[in-house]
Amino acid sequence: MLGLTIEQIAYLFRGAGWTIVLSLLGFVGGTLLGLPVALGRASKSRLLRFASGVLVQLVQGIPLPVIMFVVYFGISIAGFDVPALVAAGVAMTLYSGAYLGEIWKGCILAVPRTQWEAGECLALTKTQRFIFVILPQALRIAVPPTVGFLVQIVKNTSYSVVINFFDLTYSAKVINNATYKPFTVFTIAALIYFAICFPMSLLASRFDRRLHRS
Amino acid sequence: MTSPAAPLVRFKNVEKNFGALQVLKGITLDVAPGQVVALIGRSGSGKSTALRCVNGLEMINGGELEVCGRKLHAGKVDLLELRKDVGIVFQSYNLFPHLTVEENITLAPRKVRRIGKAEARDIAAEVLEEVGLSEKAQAYPEQLSGGQQQRVAIARSLAMRPKLILFDEVTSALDPELTGEVLKVIERLAREGMTMMLVTHEMAFARSVANTVVFMHQGRVWETGPGAMLANPVTDELRQFVGSGL
Amino acid sequence: MGYAFDFSFLDEYWPDLLNGVWLTLGMTVASVLPGFVLGTLCAVGRLYGPPYVQRAVTFYVEAIRNTPLIIQVFWLFFGLAVLGAKIGPFPAAVIALVVNVGAYTAEIMRAGFRSIPKGQIEAAHCLALTPTQALWSVQLPQAVERVYPALVSQFVLMMLATAIMSQISAEELTGVAYMIQSFTFRGFEVYLVIAVIYLAMASLLRLTLMGVAHVSFPRLRRLGTPL
Repeated sequence: MLGLTIEQIAYLFRGAGWTIVLSLLGFVGGTLLGLPVALGRASKSRLLRFASGVLVQLVQGIPLPVIMFVVYFGISIAGFDVPALVAAGVAMTLYSGAYLGEIWKGCILAVPRTQWEAGECLALTKTQRFIFVILPQALRIAVPPTVGFLVQIVKNTSYSVVINFFDLTYSAKVINNATYKPFTVFTIAALIYFAICFPMSLLASRFDRRLHRS
Repeated sequence: MTSPAAPLVRFKNVEKNFGALQVLKGITLDVAPGQVVALIGRSGSGKSTALRCVNGLEMINGGELEVCGRKLHAGKVDLLELRKDVGIVFQSYNLFPHLTVEENITLAPRKVRRIGKAEARDIAAEVLEEVGLSEKAQAYPEQLSGGQQQRVAIARSLAMRPKLILFDEVTSALDPELTGEVLKVIERLAREGMTMMLVTHEMAFARSVANTVVFMHQGRVWETGPGAMLANPVTDELRQFVGSGL
Repeated sequence: MGYAFDFSFLDEYWPDLLNGVWLTLGMTVASVLPGFVLGTLCAVGRLYGPPYVQRAVTFYVEAIRNTPLIIQVFWLFFGLAVLGAKIGPFPAAVIALVVNVGAYTAEIMRAGFRSIPKGQIEAAHCLALTPTQALWSVQLPQAVERVYPALVSQFVLMMLATAIMSQISAEELTGVAYMIQSFTFRGFEVYLVIAVIYLAMASLLRLTLMGVAHVSFPRLRRLGTPL
């Protein structure tokens, strides 16, 4: 098929499977890190704002492949011998956490000030106000950009090829080296990426339109 | 071609539809050179649409419309050529925010009429003088009051040396105290013999400045006459309209 | 942990790092303007072009935005090699970057054009400007002004993305780092150092592009309107 053997195509799909695994790791890790980052960035405390801001600035100013290398070598000099998946997962967590934190900060701040005041009038505590009044509204605003960022996560897992993590990009590279059919191999890889990303892009813009209509 | 006495604008049974809605139901109206024609009427009467047909912002669906010797009903019209002769000033000024007052004024003369930079600046100085804003040439629109912005918009139109200027409710967005300065500029242009068509809500102004007042109602020219007609309406509709204080 | 940090590789390898910096900056500078022009043309084509142009632009933008840059780079670099077109890593990297950033710029500029009030375009046409003149003198400057911060972020991201070009053996900064760590076995320190260099370059690029805005938009300079 297309000059590739079934085994070679299956190999590409095995790589795609690991791309999805790493994307999920990145999203789950990024959510766990992104929530405190968002709260810190939107916080009244100057120290929290500064600390979370430094993380965001660092991640947004350093290329993801370099972050992958730093994590990879950092873990190994700490004396652990871990698979590339762990290093890539940690790097994706840092990356997604910083960007998601920044996106969600915007969503929290987009909830009108008067909503806090309304919560105050109902004699809710600060935490209650956040959980019951602000958060549900911020979540609604957060859905379209978060789905949109999922696309970024999936695409950027491809950078893990620099630390030789076996994903779709890595497997495509291997098959290309074996077959020397770059157009076929990388077109298939691109189509698989597209098949994962494009539906999410469509979903994100549909959510976005729905949000703006209401 | 138009002889000096021939009208600059000639509506003959002009019709205009927006989908199923007929907005102009056969309008006939002439505007001679040097004339000032005020279009009045309730919102939805078709007066703004009639005005926008004159420079081709809306194309007519029936009848005949001739502007500055060009037949707008006869197939393809060169709108660029038409608009060199016909200026328009909008309710919302529509000055270009990224350009200074002077650049706003010189843009079209330089790009369209291919006038040199120095000459274009002379023209800008001249038309700014005309609207009393010589000192604002280097200001940006956002630094000006609404009235000043509208005067710049008039100057921008004048700089193209049009044969005719259209005014589409140019004072409607302005506070009463800023309305006066804009009306004064239009009055001055009228004295100097500029041909103008204006859609306006300022009855006192229409009465004092316009040679002809056209009262439009339900897509038709309902009553036409000199400014004095507003004091003695013939039709009930105009009487009600004048009486309602609009 | 008893790890002893050792940055002594800097003594020997700083000229290599500097070369890497130049190559990274070179790729970036070479890609910014063509990428902006391509993106703007695509935005105009998608907004005002005939239907087949609109469809073609949509296809290009979606294809690029939904696949990783590195796959695009491999496709182009290895593909051209197989076709027998001898093209070096640097031109291949620049072409890939332009094509990639062009798609993102197209979306940003499209949003910019769409945010201009209709009255502005109507006014331009009523002054007898042709559609092209109106686009060039009235719509384009206002669109760029409105989306400039987003454009700056996009081009900073593009600079950071050059870090993968060592995959096609372009010796940019990350490629140099890889070479140094393979000689010195000081991977952690080497990548820490280049992380700092990238941070500095990102700030530098941001400042430079803001400076460009300062020169290009006299109104913002005069009135101090923040971008």
